[in-house]
Amino acid sequence: MSEPSSSSFRRALRTPVGVASTLGLLAIIVLAIVAPILWSADAAHLDILNASQGSSRAHPLGTDALGRDILYRVLVATRLSVTLAVVAAGLGALLGIPFGAVPALVGGRIGRLASGLINLSVAFPALLVAIFVAAVIGVGSHGAVIGIAVATAPYFARLSQTLSSSVAGSEYLAAARMLGVGKPRLLARHILPNVAEPLLITMTIAAGDALLALAGLSFLGLGVQPPQYDWGRMLSEGLDRIYVTPIVALGPAVAITLGALTFSLFGEVLAKAAAGGGVRRWQRAEIGAAAVAPARPARREAAPAGDVLAVDGLTVSFPGGSVPVRGVSFEVAPGEIVGIVGESGSGKTLTAMAIADLLPASARLEASRLALFGQDPRMLGDAQRRRLLGRSLAVVYQDPMSALNPALRIGTQLAEVAEVHDGASKTVARERAADRLRSVRIGSPEARLRQYPHEFSGGMRQRAVIAMGLMSEPKLIIADEPTTALDVTVQQQILRLLREVSVSGGAAAILISHDVAVVSQLCKRVLVMYAGRVVEELDVDTLVRVPAHPYTAALVAAVPTMESDRARPLASIPGRAPSPYDDAPGCPFAPRCPRASSRCLEEMPPLERRSATHRAACWHPLEDGTAAGFGTVEGVAV
Amino acid sequence: MTAAPASLGRRRTLWAGHTRSAYALRRSARLLVSLALLLTATFFMIHLVPGDPVRAALGPTAPASLVAERKAALGLDKPLVTQYVDYIGNVLHGDFGTSLISGESVTEMIQQRGPSTLKLGGIAFLVAILVAVPLGILMAALTRDSRRRGAELGFTAMTGAIAAIPSFLIAVALVYLFAVTIHLFPVAGRAGFSSYVLPVAALALAPIASLSRIVRVEGLRVLDQDYIRTARGKRLPSRIVYVRHALPNTLTPTLTVAGLLLGGLIAGTVLVENIFAWPGLGTTLVQSVAEKDYPTVQAVAVVFGVVVLLANFAVDIALGVIDPRSTILDT
Amino acid sequence: MTRLAAAGVTVRFGHGERGLTAVDRVDLELPEGTTVGLVGESGSGKSTLARALTGLVPLSEGEVLLDGEPVPKRLGGRAVDRRRRVQMIFQDPFSSLNPRMTVGEAVGEAASVAGGGRRARRRDEVRRYLELVHLDPDVAGRLPSRLSGGQRQRVAIARALAARPALLIADEITSSLDVSVQSAVLNLMRELRRELGISMMFVSHNLATVRYVSDSLAVMYLGRIVEFGPTEDVVSSPQHPYTRALLDAVPRLGDALTDEPPELELGDPPDPHNPPPGCHFHPRCPVGPTVLPERRICAEQDPRDEAGARRHHAFCHFASSSAGRSAAPNREELLDVARDR
Repeated sequence: MSEPSSSSFRRALRTPVGVASTLGLLAIIVLAIVAPILWSADAAHLDILNASQGSSRAHPLGTDALGRDILYRVLVATRLSVTLAVVAAGLGALLGIPFGAVPALVGGRIGRLASGLINLSVAFPALLVAIFVAAVIGVGSHGAVIGIAVATAPYFARLSQTLSSSVAGSEYLAAARMLGVGKPRLLARHILPNVAEPLLITMTIAAGDALLALAGLSFLGLGVQPPQYDWGRMLSEGLDRIYVTPIVALGPAVAITLGALTFSLFGEVLAKAAAGGGVRRWQRAEIGAAAVAPARPARREAAPAGDVLAVDGLTVSFPGGSVPVRGVSFEVAPGEIVGIVGESGSGKTLTAMAIADLLPASARLEASRLALFGQDPRMLGDAQRRRLLGRSLAVVYQDPMSALNPALRIGTQLAEVAEVHDGASKTVARERAADRLRSVRIGSPEARLRQYPHEFSGGMRQRAVIAMGLMSEPKLIIADEPTTALDVTVQQQILRLLREVSVSGGAAAILISHDVAVVSQLCKRVLVMYAGRVVEELDVDTLVRVPAHPYTAALVAAVPTMESDRARPLASIPGRAPSPYDDAPGCPFAPRCPRASSRCLEEMPPLERRSATHRAACWHPLEDGTAAGFGTVEGVAV
Repeated sequence: MTAAPASLGRRRTLWAGHTRSAYALRRSARLLVSLALLLTATFFMIHLVPGDPVRAALGPTAPASLVAERKAALGLDKPLVTQYVDYIGNVLHGDFGTSLISGESVTEMIQQRGPSTLKLGGIAFLVAILVAVPLGILMAALTRDSRRRGAELGFTAMTGAIAAIPSFLIAVALVYLFAVTIHLFPVAGRAGFSSYVLPVAALALAPIASLSRIVRVEGLRVLDQDYIRTARGKRLPSRIVYVRHALPNTLTPTLTVAGLLLGGLIAGTVLVENIFAWPGLGTTLVQSVAEKDYPTVQAVAVVFGVVVLLANFAVDIALGVIDPRSTILDT
Repeated sequence: MTRLAAAGVTVRFGHGERGLTAVDRVDLELPEGTTVGLVGESGSGKSTLARALTGLVPLSEGEVLLDGEPVPKRLGGRAVDRRRRVQMIFQDPFSSLNPRMTVGEAVGEAASVAGGGRRARRRDEVRRYLELVHLDPDVAGRLPSRLSGGQRQRVAIARALAARPALLIADEITSSLDVSVQSAVLNLMRELRRELGISMMFVSHNLATVRYVSDSLAVMYLGRIVEFGPTEDVVSSPQHPYTRALLDAVPRLGDALTDEPPELELGDPPDPHNPPPGCHFHPRCPVGPTVLPERRICAEQDPRDEAGARRHHAFCHFASSSAGRSAAPNREELLDVARDR
């Protein structure tokens, strides 16, 4: 939940809809107050000679059966129409809100009973409930208002029920209760501020709905009774004459629509502001993208024969100036398992998704070279690209719970790969699916194929995803944090399975993780990413013993291991990683780096080769690999 | 991480078949309880009327003997418990008593007028579903990933406005446009196919607008899910991605909302019938409320209530059947 | 002098077939001034146990003792002051702070319920607590949404400290944070214990993290603490095969993954709704009846009964006695067994 600041309210109100609905609401309030004072006499003035007329200069909206001016009557009726609606909505809130809080406050049997009643009453259409209540109380404005209040109450009750249960289950309330904060203060500081706003918004929208319902009742003759008149009554009178003078129905119809629309739009504007709706990233100037994007490729050359993947200067940007991946270059040889490590926001996942052609549609990809199995997917037609990637590339995702479609059986999700890409028949595809499940060691695969993902455990789902990737014969497997969502006890199995699959099928693999240890277990070569760039590329041995980049060294030293000295503090990195919008020159790590010099802040260090298996982008690389300068910065806030 | 009982409970699927029938049983029990509550509420309706309902209905000039006679006919002179038992028994036998005003059988009136209302509501409901669902899906597919901002804006503004205008205003506008101005369709009454066009349109337009909005938002939500990325990662043709992978996952919320809309649609018939002089229960209801013909009001309340409850029950059962995760089965 | 102890603490959710015993008769003692680590996989009940100790989850059976006196089962009332001495920090710093209270208000509220001091002094107090967790005191005026995850977690820690607790329970407090921020929070926790002498319970699924901060280690499996002892002791000579499996599963930097026989792997955690009879761990146990059929006792008899006599209070029939050497075969012996079959 995010809380609105006054500025987000101002921003929301300044949108065209915000301005229009605010002005409309003000106009309605002013009219409701002023119109009856100014024009009551005009509205009641009988002009029998001009009765039942259409539009004329004296009566732009015509006259009613007694010759009274419809325009004046519409204006004067504002007060009654709006007041009744607001009263009805307020009464509904008064009835419904406390009732909805019962399940959260009381709980147990009574709470369940209350929530059952709420569920039942919400099912009944409000207008019918209002009519029946009005029938009992007696036809007239009292009956209509109470009827609408009773009919609205269930909606308030439902809302207050969900709100109160979500606040009651929140951890901040748990923390306050642990502190022993008193009940009145709990209510005043922790509960009310977090529920008041949605309730207020609903009240506004409900007032609009009540306005319509009231108009409906009056229209049917069940609401306001003569000599009183509201918009609904006037509309009904107008409808009787729609053949002769249709204009007389126009005034009340427009009034009803505008009135209701104003309330509900204003409510929506409030809701948007409350949702912190001021996130307008798109409006930021398009900066940065041009600055870091490498020159467009003059020629697109094929990779040297052999490399499964070669990227050069890969940059991913989003409209609005966010550049989460900046000029990444690397190659993957056949059968090789390459690791990519980095923290959240380092661009490691987007790099992988860019290679897999799975970027969101708004993302822009640029690269001076992108060669997958010797071909540039960008140069291929849709069908060709789908064929190339579909048969040769497998992707394993972070969260196996959400990566599988909950509505489809495992068998369908596996078999369709073979059906689409190899034109296999249903039986052949199914047999292959069972075979692949067996190869990732899922027992009784035929039965498993008929199950849904929710019937699989977490580890098994990830196996199923891997099996899905094996349905064709992949030459490259991209595994994006494949074990992060799994228990430690399952982690190694999945990693081992990935290696086994890669070895037995001769596929290369890219393993992406935030965990240096995990990557070091499976890969020989590791890329370290920071702020969208590769800052170091090294073999595991160098990674463990003598990394050159201070960031890599700090990353390794920051993670407690089973061997960490418990008497000494861990290395920690002060400050925050730059945002993908940041466009400062120089090394992105410089502001957090104890070795940074003025050059680091001004000039981006290139990824320079230090040995056959080692490249680092740093002006002041470490020579002995220790995380010098990091252990002592405990006192700095992160 | 926290061993929240609910989330763990959902993981249990060992007894899927068993829980499914238990769920159907629970929902049936709930339906019965709801029906009982509905009947009780309608029974007490007449007793909550301030003063003497029969006197109120017949007016101050009616002779005392007539009032007493009608009271006896309604059974209002008996003890409350007897009245209640009689009422429930009669309703279960389909006997809604006689009208206070005309003295005719209410049951007959309902048999006469009920079907035409059901027909109107049913057709409008079907039209709404058949238009809104494909429209919503199409708009979701077109506007996903913030594409085609213009189309998105047009769609949301348009449907937003239509959804905000109540059905009786739409009806009036339709009457003016198609019946008064260009004489394309009849203004009122029920005679043949063309007489259905305007009432159905008036009833269905607003639900189409709100349902297609919800379907679009649901569609966008589903298209944003990881499993859709997985499907794209398998390089499936977009037809399969949309129809096989996205569509089934929008079904549950769509059905839930459709169930609620059906209730609103039934309420809408009351207004629309009055505008088009449709010989259905809606016109009857309004007339009987105005005339304080309580037995008729009671009967119409029961009929509408039963329809709403049955529709909700059907939606619940359908949700239980189609949702493979069976998350709803725990509720 | 504060000692927190759990005696036969049991937490059950739901009834009958859908019922679940999340915490199963746990006895645990947290001596003063030390940190106890609690590890286990998802569904082991470690978070529920933590919440039960703070009173956020009602106990079905057993009691929590503070200095040997039972703590009343409900929050609130006269028990408030005693209850307040156990504070908990939650995993997700985004949901544990009230989005509508500034940092200063949140910390100040805790300080005021604990001390009830004067308003003017409260400001200084808030400053002091924020400085204690290495936050710039100027953040006091900000709402949580303006802070990073690491900063929020520090605010949550400051709020807990402001209540002047005797025991601090940290439930997975680093698992939602980035690596470089995690270490700073871990350092902070160590520093606080050293400087303030607070007892702590550190709950995590990450054994390396728990080992780093705690003096003694409790291993939880399906609602039970199956091994408990001094951290270095448990890590160097684990008595329960589950503990050993957890230790083996910790990824080690630079150690290439071995091609070890998959029969020794644990696989997915079981369904906590139907814990197996006898030893809960026996179906997954690499030295249990699935691998060594003669060990029928594991499936039939609850190892809890004689745990007191075993080293580390291990819930394993084949753990060594408190005096002797482990009777459970070591890794090499296991590999031999596996190869033989």
